[in-house]
Amino acid sequence: MKVHEYQAKAILARHGVAVPRGEVADNPSDVREIAKRLGGRAVVKAQIHAGGRGKAGGVKLAKDPEEAYEIARRMIGMTLVTPQTGPQGRVVQKVLVEEALDIDRELYLGITLDRSRGLPSLMASRSGGVEIEEVAARDPSAIVREPVDPSLGMFPFQARRVAFALGLSGDSFRKGIAFFRALFDAYVETDASLAEINPLLVTKSGDVLALDAKMNFDDNALFRHPEIREMRDLAEEDPLEIEASKFGLNYIKLDGNVGCMVNGAGLAMATMDLVKLAGGEPANFLDVGGGANEEQVQNAFRIILSDRNVRAVLINIFGGIMRCDIIANGVVAAVRQMGLSIPVVARLEGTNVELGRKILRESGLRITPAEGLADAAAKAVEAARA
Amino acid sequence: MSIWVGRETRLLVQGLTGREGTFHALACREYGTKVVAGVTPGKGGIVHEGIPVFDTVADAVRETGADASMIFVPPPFAADAIVEAADAGVALIACITEGIPVNDMVRARAFVAESNASGGKVRLIGPNCPGIITPGQCKIGIMPGRIHSPGSIGVISRSGTLTYEAVNQLTHLGLGQSTVIGIGGDPVNGTSFIDCLAAFSDDPGTEAVVLIGEIGGMAEEEAACYVAGHFRKPVVAFIAGQTAPPGRRMGHAGAIIAGGRGTAADKMRALEAAGIAVVRSPAVIGERMKEVLGR
Repeated sequence: MKVHEYQAKAILARHGVAVPRGEVADNPSDVREIAKRLGGRAVVKAQIHAGGRGKAGGVKLAKDPEEAYEIARRMIGMTLVTPQTGPQGRVVQKVLVEEALDIDRELYLGITLDRSRGLPSLMASRSGGVEIEEVAARDPSAIVREPVDPSLGMFPFQARRVAFALGLSGDSFRKGIAFFRALFDAYVETDASLAEINPLLVTKSGDVLALDAKMNFDDNALFRHPEIREMRDLAEEDPLEIEASKFGLNYIKLDGNVGCMVNGAGLAMATMDLVKLAGGEPANFLDVGGGANEEQVQNAFRIILSDRNVRAVLINIFGGIMRCDIIANGVVAAVRQMGLSIPVVARLEGTNVELGRKILRESGLRITPAEGLADAAAKAVEAARA
Repeated sequence: MSIWVGRETRLLVQGLTGREGTFHALACREYGTKVVAGVTPGKGGIVHEGIPVFDTVADAVRETGADASMIFVPPPFAADAIVEAADAGVALIACITEGIPVNDMVRARAFVAESNASGGKVRLIGPNCPGIITPGQCKIGIMPGRIHSPGSIGVISRSGTLTYEAVNQLTHLGLGQSTVIGIGGDPVNGTSFIDCLAAFSDDPGTEAVVLIGEIGGMAEEEAACYVAGHFRKPVVAFIAGQTAPPGRRMGHAGAIIAGGRGTAADKMRALEAAGIAVVRSPAVIGERMKEVLGR
């Protein structure tokens, strides 16, 4: 789960991570008042779940509260398009108003899982403010990595190693170490999957603060963090994906016209690949889960068909434990109930496969049974073209 | 021949008395697996479907000589179940549970690694996996037994139903399997591709290996490196997610292209460079294996 910058900073502040003073607002008048409280000069930052805001005009410096008001008036309600939002962009609902700080250095700091080691790892670089992937591609040695065992916590020597690598000294060295350790504790205690501070700011007076903050959280651990779960902003998510998640379906909308309904994530990805190999484009990723009962199939159909681009639906179910005749009956019932008008190609595999195919053939509906993966994909792509 | 599980394996089931635990324990027993015990804290002493139930894994091991465990414990408690089994010295732990918090798995994996460093011999498979099967001998997990047939092809996969797909193709072409292992779709797991390859390398009953990967992480690249340096048997590989967009998690917690790394193209290139026969279509995994073996 993703949260907004202002939410991430509130979480981090609670864990003792230094962040700039600031408040969030959803209207220009409040922005003016906040700017006054901050001493006049302020930075107004659009709150959307995507990076690259600065270049897109989503971060602006105001020299006084009146200018902050004007900036907010234009920014709130605007559609911000950044390289990470896609061409449709995101509507700005809220802005974060923060004190304007003098910048000495901008560094990069991030914590995420190092999968090879099975441990969270702190990554740091002297090149702040740029995408870490760009740094990694240009000069991998410019990034220091410090894996940390969460049961032991970050040792002072590990934090020192990072501080030395970043070239911190004096007051900022001491503050940097406190910052790294607090950030790591926050990452572990909140079950984050990403805590990225880019840039990490060193001010001329030697303070070390999170100028920007991005946090993602492990969906599987949200049950023990109700306060974080409440921060979910549904306006930032695809409505179809939200709808799907209500029924335990894993759905991701794509750009093609062949709707896919598959059981199992790996097979669902492989089915998308097959559609592409057959010369078509998948309209979605959809995993109906292991069960694939009639209700699941109906809900899956409904969600796939809410995408207006879909011209044909490919069903690929490998019935491990489930019997094919039961799945076939579920498909027929769902198609009949929904009065489906577009062609459906169904490939079922598993126990009672012959019976399953017979049920589909004799349904009198536009359901074409397919044998094998390649056949199914070819038929679905052809149907979508017709 | 096979790896890790066979006729002699004695299985206990953690979470036996739950709906899924019961269903799959019975399916395993029907397949021929020796299911000797169940563990459900607080239900020790009862007999469930003819299987004695214990309060702790240690009790079950002591009383029944169980040497493998299959875990069907709900996600918030599953990592604890893994650690309990490892602490009791269970040699093979297959955790089927999906949705375990990553931090819990980081700690559980560290516990297993530490007990192995001090002389233990514990292998964790999964979590979020279908399990492990040696066809005709022992099934530990949720895979449909009937699609498998005994033979000499080892299968390793990060996916569930896609593994069934590959196994089904092999069986239809007359290529039986030595052992089939689903290592799971989570970012932190117990057994890697390399662990499986090393075991298949030493197994005279395994002639060739099918490796099924997916986007995300570096596990396939690491496997490619291992194959290039150490593995002398033919390998056929498929990577799911060639059409997946970056930054979107494709169902499995581990299946995400992040920071420009973990793409299917990168993985396929690395595997091909290691001399592995990489197929673009999942429909031809079995056929390609047949070609590679010259049959």
